Amino acid sequence: MKTDQVHSLYASRSYICEVNMVSIEDFGQYETAWCPGCGNFSILKCIKKALAGKSIAPHQVLFVSGIGQAAKAPHYMNCNLFNGLHGRSLPVATGARLSNPELTVIAESGDGCMYGEGGNHFLAALRRNVNMTMLVHDNQIYGLTKGQASPTTDPGHLTKAQPRGVQVESFHPLGVAIAMKAGFVARGFTGMQDQLVELIQAAIDFPGFALVDILQQCVSFNHVNTFEWYKKRCQPLASDYDPEDWKAAMSKSLEWGDSIPTGILYMNKTRNSFEHNLSITSRGPLFRQKRNLDAVVEVMESFA
Amino acid sequence: MAVRIGGEAGQGLETVGQMLAKIVVRSGYHVLTTQSAMSRIRGGHNYFTLLIGGEPLLGPAEDIDLLVAFSDETVAVHQEHLSEQGIVLVGQDMEASSGARMLNVPYSELAEDKIVANVAALGVVCALIGLKEETAAGVVEDTIGKKHAQMVSKNLDALHQGMDWLKGQNPDFQTLPPAPENLSQLALNGNQAIALGALAGGVNFCSFYPMTPATGVALNLIAQAERFDLVCEQAEDEIAAINMALGASFTGARSLVPTSGGGFALMGEGISLAGMTETPVVIVLAQRPGPATGLPTRTEQADLELALSTGHGEFPRVIFAPGSPEECFHLTRKALYLTERFQTPAIILSDQYLADSIRSVPRFDFDALSEPEMPGATLETPEDYQRFAWTETGVSPRFIPGAGPSLVVADSDEHTPDGHITEDHQVRIRMVNKRLKKLEGLVQEVVPPDYQGDEQPDLLLLTWGSSRGAVLEAAEALRSRDQSVATLYFSQVWPLDPGQFAEYLHRAGSVAAVEGNATGQFARLIRRETGFEVQRKVLRYDGLPLTGEEILRQLSS
Repeated sequence: MKTDQVHSLYASRSYICEVNMVSIEDFGQYETAWCPGCGNFSILKCIKKALAGKSIAPHQVLFVSGIGQAAKAPHYMNCNLFNGLHGRSLPVATGARLSNPELTVIAESGDGCMYGEGGNHFLAALRRNVNMTMLVHDNQIYGLTKGQASPTTDPGHLTKAQPRGVQVESFHPLGVAIAMKAGFVARGFTGMQDQLVELIQAAIDFPGFALVDILQQCVSFNHVNTFEWYKKRCQPLASDYDPEDWKAAMSKSLEWGDSIPTGILYMNKTRNSFEHNLSITSRGPLFRQKRNLDAVVEVMESFA
Repeated sequence: MAVRIGGEAGQGLETVGQMLAKIVVRSGYHVLTTQSAMSRIRGGHNYFTLLIGGEPLLGPAEDIDLLVAFSDETVAVHQEHLSEQGIVLVGQDMEASSGARMLNVPYSELAEDKIVANVAALGVVCALIGLKEETAAGVVEDTIGKKHAQMVSKNLDALHQGMDWLKGQNPDFQTLPPAPENLSQLALNGNQAIALGALAGGVNFCSFYPMTPATGVALNLIAQAERFDLVCEQAEDEIAAINMALGASFTGARSLVPTSGGGFALMGEGISLAGMTETPVVIVLAQRPGPATGLPTRTEQADLELALSTGHGEFPRVIFAPGSPEECFHLTRKALYLTERFQTPAIILSDQYLADSIRSVPRFDFDALSEPEMPGATLETPEDYQRFAWTETGVSPRFIPGAGPSLVVADSDEHTPDGHITEDHQVRIRMVNKRLKKLEGLVQEVVPPDYQGDEQPDLLLLTWGSSRGAVLEAAEALRSRDQSVATLYFSQVWPLDPGQFAEYLHRAGSVAAVEGNATGQFARLIRRETGFEVQRKVLRYDGLPLTGEEILRQLSS
């Protein structure tokens, strides 16, 4: 991408949007570094649609991403963005949200970043239940580093780095999240875009931690789990499926074969968000806080 | 006067030591405590030493005048350090129950409940060294009442019994001389002083993973979380702790992260991220002996080079090394100011000795302190905002995402002024220069080292951080032997401004670096920055703090 092109695009964009008048165009249109046919394009489009549909203006949302092709996505739209380190988007997003509970906070990155390098943060985020959304571009492969196995690559998958096929069991993000009774657990697919928009919106609406694992093709490095491969298998959950039934959700999360369920697999409405429990939401953003030095003097006196 | 309380972990030594320190301070004396604990919760051998005096105290002493032994091991280990007029207090159920200059205390008679035997001992000690029951009772009430209100009377009774019993013994022991008048002070250790400085400096976000000896900083902030609406979060690991702090800071919090060497090492990539994204953060690195887990509950000054070089790539940083609780307070405030002003990480290097050492400290003059300026509070929504806009100083205006319609974009990749990824080599060069330019501003703000002594001394003692007190004491002792000595002490170890001190090094007959590590890391830094080679080194790395006596011994050998 040429820097000056991006500059002119940014300069021409007006960031000030009227409430309730947010359109998909407000999020801009930028040249990307992705391969033609990459699933990231659909995800980016669905995110913009989801935000516009919810009247969330670019300045009201903060994206926090890691490193990888997926993590570049927020660079290609108008929004607040902290593009940090590989694997570390969730702790940055957590700090940002606790510091300013008025922001819609979305952590966005790929399967390697979120489940591999950032695995411990994923587990902690499920436990903490901070009100934010985690969007995982899951193409079951490392794209940016050119085709090594990711945590979600199926066993037996041949890569240059795993020439005898992947010899470790794959990570099951939805099963893990549901086992830990996370707030909101969903799966989408780039070939089912209307559903994906709805899932992203439902995740943003959910008052706690919301995971949307998004199956997507990698046209350059995953020749097993192709768009057609997913298309043949992905099936929306039945209309009478109850996402609040934990046992049913546990068993649904294990379905990975000829049929792969998409939709909201699990929702836990019995947990309060972390912010709620610590009265953080009612307090407002920390940047508006003033420090009362008289109160600090009182603390000092407790050491006398 | 030096009082040492020794015994097993779990016998309440620390509580008694802390209460005694507070009683001493409220009685108008100066105090300096050192704590030596094993890394265990029960058993082992721990001790807590209080140096008490009418004059300000600088460093720990080796001789003791009163040994309060709760275990036989305490007697065995410490008896040799007893001064000529010294006394040992032992319990009646101990083997070393009688002997010359030993007082056998019937704790079971003085304390109706075994749990308050330590407070009975406190009573005996207070009476023995000449502290008033009224003052002691006030401290016991404040300390115990905070947590266990129903236990107050039981403890006060034990205190009274202890004091009363001692009065009937008539021991041959010199009590403290009357306290100097009008001393109005705090009893504060390094961790508490850092937390207090952080509050005064506007900290409202603290993320941490528990690690000795830094945890106390977080705990002191957590204790004030409700009152000040602080967000304090125990993270899943140190990597998360630093990244959370950066996320919070990016959205307008003032963030502080306490840790020790191992945790700090894990934070390296995050500190580099702070440098790249120009996100303010203060990291408190309370050192303990390494490598790896080392001696987890002891002290050392061996992480200077880690702090100097942590984080890949090149970016400016500021490193303070306070030498007293007063400096912990003021330099934490200054670190918060500088990290916000220059948008680059600030590190406070303390260590176990300083973190746990309670000192008598004059009250801080808050009237002289300005209110901390909160991030983004004054910045109007800028038009065409660029987070990394080019400026003369390298510092770009910092706007808070969500504070208005302007968008804020920061990236760990090399970026254009608007925060988006670039691989343009010319932009790269300009951005590196922009970030490094901030070092010039930081140099303008450097706290000059403190020089004391003859203008052209035969010997110059060069030191930094918590070794300050021991060095000042050693210098005093040498002067009393008519030696020509000076001291050069650094409370800021990066950046350095050689113009402030190079001349002192050249004027001295010889220079000795005094440090709590095995290789003389600060001496090496001085050589790197000035070309001046410090030939003599006085080093300690057994896990204990430097003392004036130790410095004198090494200098004369």
